[in-house]
Amino acid sequence: MSERIYRARMFFLIVLLALSLAACGGATRDGEGAGGEQEANRAIQNKGSDTLVNLALAWAEAYREVDPSVSIAVTGGGSGTGIAALINGTVDIANASRKMKEKEIAAAQENGIDPIEYTVAIDALAIVVNLENPVSELTIPQLADIYTGRITNWKDVGGNDAPIVLLSRETNSGTHVYFLEEVVRKGEKDNEDIFASQTLLMPSSVGITSELRRNPNAIGYDGFGYVDPHHEKLIAVAKDDESPYVMPSVASGSDGSYPIARDLYMYTAGEPTDVMAEYLAWVMGEEGQQIVAELGFVPLPEEK
Amino acid sequence: MTTANQAGPQHQARRRWGEWLIENTVRLAGVSTILIVALIFLFLLKEGIPTFLDIPLRQLFSGRWYPIESLYGILPLLVGSLLVTIGAVIIAVPLGLTVAIYLGEFAPSWLREFLKPLIEILAGIPSIVLGFLGWVVLAPLIQNLGASTGLTAFTGSLILAYMALPTIISISEDALYAVPKEYRDGALAIGATEWQTIWRVVLPAARSGLVIAVMLGVGRAIGETMAVLMVTGNAANIPKLGAGMFFQPVRTMTATIAAEMGEVAQGSLHYSTLFGIGIILFLITFAINSVASRVVGVQGSRRRGGQL
Repeated sequence: MSERIYRARMFFLIVLLALSLAACGGATRDGEGAGGEQEANRAIQNKGSDTLVNLALAWAEAYREVDPSVSIAVTGGGSGTGIAALINGTVDIANASRKMKEKEIAAAQENGIDPIEYTVAIDALAIVVNLENPVSELTIPQLADIYTGRITNWKDVGGNDAPIVLLSRETNSGTHVYFLEEVVRKGEKDNEDIFASQTLLMPSSVGITSELRRNPNAIGYDGFGYVDPHHEKLIAVAKDDESPYVMPSVASGSDGSYPIARDLYMYTAGEPTDVMAEYLAWVMGEEGQQIVAELGFVPLPEEK
Repeated sequence: MTTANQAGPQHQARRRWGEWLIENTVRLAGVSTILIVALIFLFLLKEGIPTFLDIPLRQLFSGRWYPIESLYGILPLLVGSLLVTIGAVIIAVPLGLTVAIYLGEFAPSWLREFLKPLIEILAGIPSIVLGFLGWVVLAPLIQNLGASTGLTAFTGSLILAYMALPTIISISEDALYAVPKEYRDGALAIGATEWQTIWRVVLPAARSGLVIAVMLGVGRAIGETMAVLMVTGNAANIPKLGAGMFFQPVRTMTATIAAEMGEVAQGSLHYSTLFGIGIILFLITFAINSVASRVVGVQGSRRRGGQL
C-alpha cells in the first residue's frame, strides 16, 4: 500500500517538476549561479522513458540525502525523446525502456558523443486473473488471441464456460504500448493487430486491480510489484506452445526466463564524470535497487 | 432638460454620472458572458477544426477508436454518450416528475418543507463522489444481475439519473407551484377528480417549466465526465442492438476527452480530434437547448400560466 502512496506522491512531484521546468523555460542549467562555480557539474540532467520516470524521480529524490550537493533534474517524454536529447548533447543521462538503435548510436558518434549503456532495472509485466479462475497458465499466442478478441470464452483456454472480460490500461500508458507490441502483436514487427474494441480501458492500475478482484471473468495486466497474490491470481506465461510456463517473480524476471520482462536502461554521453559515476553506481547498488523493488520493478540480479 | 439643470446642476450631473456608471457596469456584465462563450467556442473551433479537415469523414464516423494507431472513428463514442444519456432520461424523467407531482400536489406541507431542501442538497454532491459510489456499490450489484462486468452503460445511466433528479424535481415542482390556484379550483368545481385536474389542467399549464426542468437535467447528464469515466468501463465498442446493449461497457465522448487529454502531444491530430469531439458535444447541447427554448417559446405565447 505504501508503494501506491509513494507513486501518488511521485506523480505530484512530476507535475510540480514539469510546471517548474515550464516556468524556467529550460533554464535549469542556471543552477550554478546560486551555488558557486564548483556546483556547475554537480547538476545532472536526466530525461527519457515515461516507464522509468517514476523510478528516476524516486532515485533522484533519495539521492539528495546521500549527496545533498548534487541536484538531479528528471523529465519524461519517452525513450525516443531522451535518446534524441542525448544525441544533441542536452542531457547527461537518457532513460530508455528500449536499447538504442544502431542508427541512433551512429548519430551520437557523429556528434562526438559515445553513449554508454547501463541496465538499471527490469520491468516484468504480470498477467492477472480473478482468484476463482481455474486457468493458471497461458501462452503468448493465446494471450494475443484473447486480447484481439479471437478467443472470447474462457473454455477455449481450459477455463469455465464464461465470457472473457478484457482489462487494459488507457492508451496513453507506456505499459499499454509495450503490451500491444510484445503480447498483442507477439513482438512481430509487421503485425498490425490491436486490442479488441470491447477491451475495458481503465484510467488507473488501481482500476484494473479492483475490477479483477470482483469479476471472476476478468483478465488484466499490471507491473509485477503491484500484484497482491492473496487477492489476485498470477498466470504463468509461456513464450509459445513448446516453451515452459514461467511464473513472474523477481528471480524469473531477472534471469530472463519470464517472457514479458524487459530491461530498462540509462545511457550516459561518454564516460561519466565523477558525480555521475557515483550516482550510477548508487543506482545500480543496494540502495538504488531497493527503491526499484519498492516501486514495483524487478531489481537487477545480484551479480551482473 | 434645461429646467432640470437650472434646478440643481451639480446634483443632477452627479446623479447622471452614477446612472451612467451603473448602466454600463450592468451592460458590461451582460456582454461579457456572451463574449466569454463566444471566445470559448472560437477556441474550440480553432483547436478542433483540423479534425474535420485532416480525417476523411468516412474514417471519422467509422467504428474504431484507437488513436495511438491513428484510428479516429468517433461513432462508438457518440453511441456511448447517447446510450448513457438516454438511459438516464428514461430513469430520471418519470421518477423526477412523479416526485415533483407528489411534492407539489399531494404531500402535506410539513413534509414538503422537509423534503424540498433535502432534495436540493442532493444536487450538491460532487460527481466524483457519486462515481466512487457507483464504482464500489452499484457496479458489483449490476454484475450480480448477470452482466459480464458491472461497468456498463446502465451503471452510468443510474448515476447520471441520480445526478439529474434534484434539478428535475426542484424546477418542475416550482413550475407546478406557479400554476394559479384558480385553475385547480375551476377544474374541481366542474366535477373533475383530483387526478383529472392534475393530468388535464395542472400539468399542461406547467408544461414549459417542466420542459425546462427536463432539459436542464439532461444537460447535466450529457456533459458529466468523472462519474461516467469511473463506471462505464470505457470500452470504445458499439454494443449490439437490443435490450442487452445497456448492459455492456461503453466509452462516452466526455470520458474520452478526460482520459486522453492529459498526455496527448499538443498540436497533434489526436489533440485536435479531442477538441473535435468537444465541438460535437457543444453542438449536441446547443441543439437540445434550442429545441427546448422553441418548445417553451410556443408554449409561453399561448398560455400565461405556469411560467417560471
